[in-house]
Amino acid sequence: MKFKKVSRRKFLKGLGVAAVAGSLPLKMVEVVYGEKPADKFTFAVISDAHITQIKGTRFVRNFDEGLKKAVFEVSFMDPPPDFVVFGGDLAQLGKKEELDHGLEIMSQLSLPIKWVVGEHDFYLDMGEYWQKHLSPLYYSFDHKGVHFVVLNSILTYESWINQFKDPMERMLNMARLDNPKGSPFMVGKEQIAWLKKDLEKYPPETPLVVLSHSPLYKIFKPWNFWTDDAEEVQAVLKRFKKVTVLHGHVHQVLYNQIGNITFMAFISTAWPWPYPVSYSQLPNAVPKVTVFMNRADPFKERDGTGWSYINIQNGYAAQHYQLWENTPRTVYYDPKVSYPVDQDYQDPARRIPPQEHY
Amino acid sequence: MIKRGLFWVLVLGIFGLGLAQADEFTKKDLEKWQKAFMAVVKEGERLFHSPLGSNKVSCDMCHPHASNTHPETYPKFQKQLGKVATLRDMINWCLENPLEGKPLPLDDPRMIALEAYITWERRGVPLAPGKH
Repeated sequence: MKFKKVSRRKFLKGLGVAAVAGSLPLKMVEVVYGEKPADKFTFAVISDAHITQIKGTRFVRNFDEGLKKAVFEVSFMDPPPDFVVFGGDLAQLGKKEELDHGLEIMSQLSLPIKWVVGEHDFYLDMGEYWQKHLSPLYYSFDHKGVHFVVLNSILTYESWINQFKDPMERMLNMARLDNPKGSPFMVGKEQIAWLKKDLEKYPPETPLVVLSHSPLYKIFKPWNFWTDDAEEVQAVLKRFKKVTVLHGHVHQVLYNQIGNITFMAFISTAWPWPYPVSYSQLPNAVPKVTVFMNRADPFKERDGTGWSYINIQNGYAAQHYQLWENTPRTVYYDPKVSYPVDQDYQDPARRIPPQEHY
Repeated sequence: MIKRGLFWVLVLGIFGLGLAQADEFTKKDLEKWQKAFMAVVKEGERLFHSPLGSNKVSCDMCHPHASNTHPETYPKFQKQLGKVATLRDMINWCLENPLEGKPLPLDDPRMIALEAYITWERRGVPLAPGKH
């Protein structure tokens, strides 16, 4: 697979596609599992775009550029991915103007898109516009022998939802990541029942990929790196041999293994978030296996952001993070150790100073 | 504050009692001062979570709980500026760039409030000037 690298100016010229300035293969690594040839496929991931309306037709330039850059690069993947996953938080405040603007940018992709809803898309109108114009909130599909489940993991308690004087007040309270009056995410009983039923007909050998916005485990409650009923969801997935949960929300390279489940996060096109270890006042449960991405250089607008593509082979996932201002990272499930590893940095001796977060 | 200070200078000057003891304070004073400080922290928290520039972006969007601001490491050499910079320089850098706004005067009460909040969220962490 190759990427054709194109400057922003050329992109803005729109259809200067033929004039693409040279082609530069990014660092590509094929992670091969086992010896028998197996069905293998690739999908791309774009996540956490946070399109923000300033006023009228004005939107935050920085976040627009991030999403445009990802869309453009994904559209030049060669060969193209089978589909694109959008990991949630297309909008910042769930406004239809923001969702429409985001959709317009995403419409440059001529690939099927699997949408995952984020809290920023949801809490203005409780997902109404999303369901009408983008996607159901939860659903499943099969692709080349792998069963995919998309969950709406950003639900929360009714009592919290009903306390606000208007929808925008509710949205703003949910949008503030470090809100001391926030409320934890959850999947909820109704969806867990649906999930059980959806999985019923699949044997334990079927590889499973679950897509959610929030991590389906508990890392740091004050920033909602957290799903309150995660254990209940994990229990439903327990009988499957190969389970990968992929999620947005955290805007960082993050991975973990809990029992039979491999977890990997998506990076954001808009901005990176610190790891909870860098908030000194509260304890956290950041997975020890994760090798952190570099502390972002604030002088590089696109540092710590990007997109990724995921290869699924033999039911295992390998995620290739395309970090725009950094060396790309590849994190893959390693059957030898039974947890996900970074192909370059997992060995502590090979880590570099910017990966230290404090 | 200045008025009150002047008053005491006058009182001491006039009566020449020689009873004044420098900076002797009570628990009540400590509480009062802490309250005054925390009011500024609170204002800093409000500003930190408000759109201070021209584009609705706020500081907390990249720095929840003011994390990853590392106030304990300033002043330090900031390679992108080519000089030793202070936390206030960096606050202004963020105001001008991601927030697309105007820098604050270094002694602006809003600047002091932002610094108070950022530092408060980092309380207890040892000073590490110059650290990257």
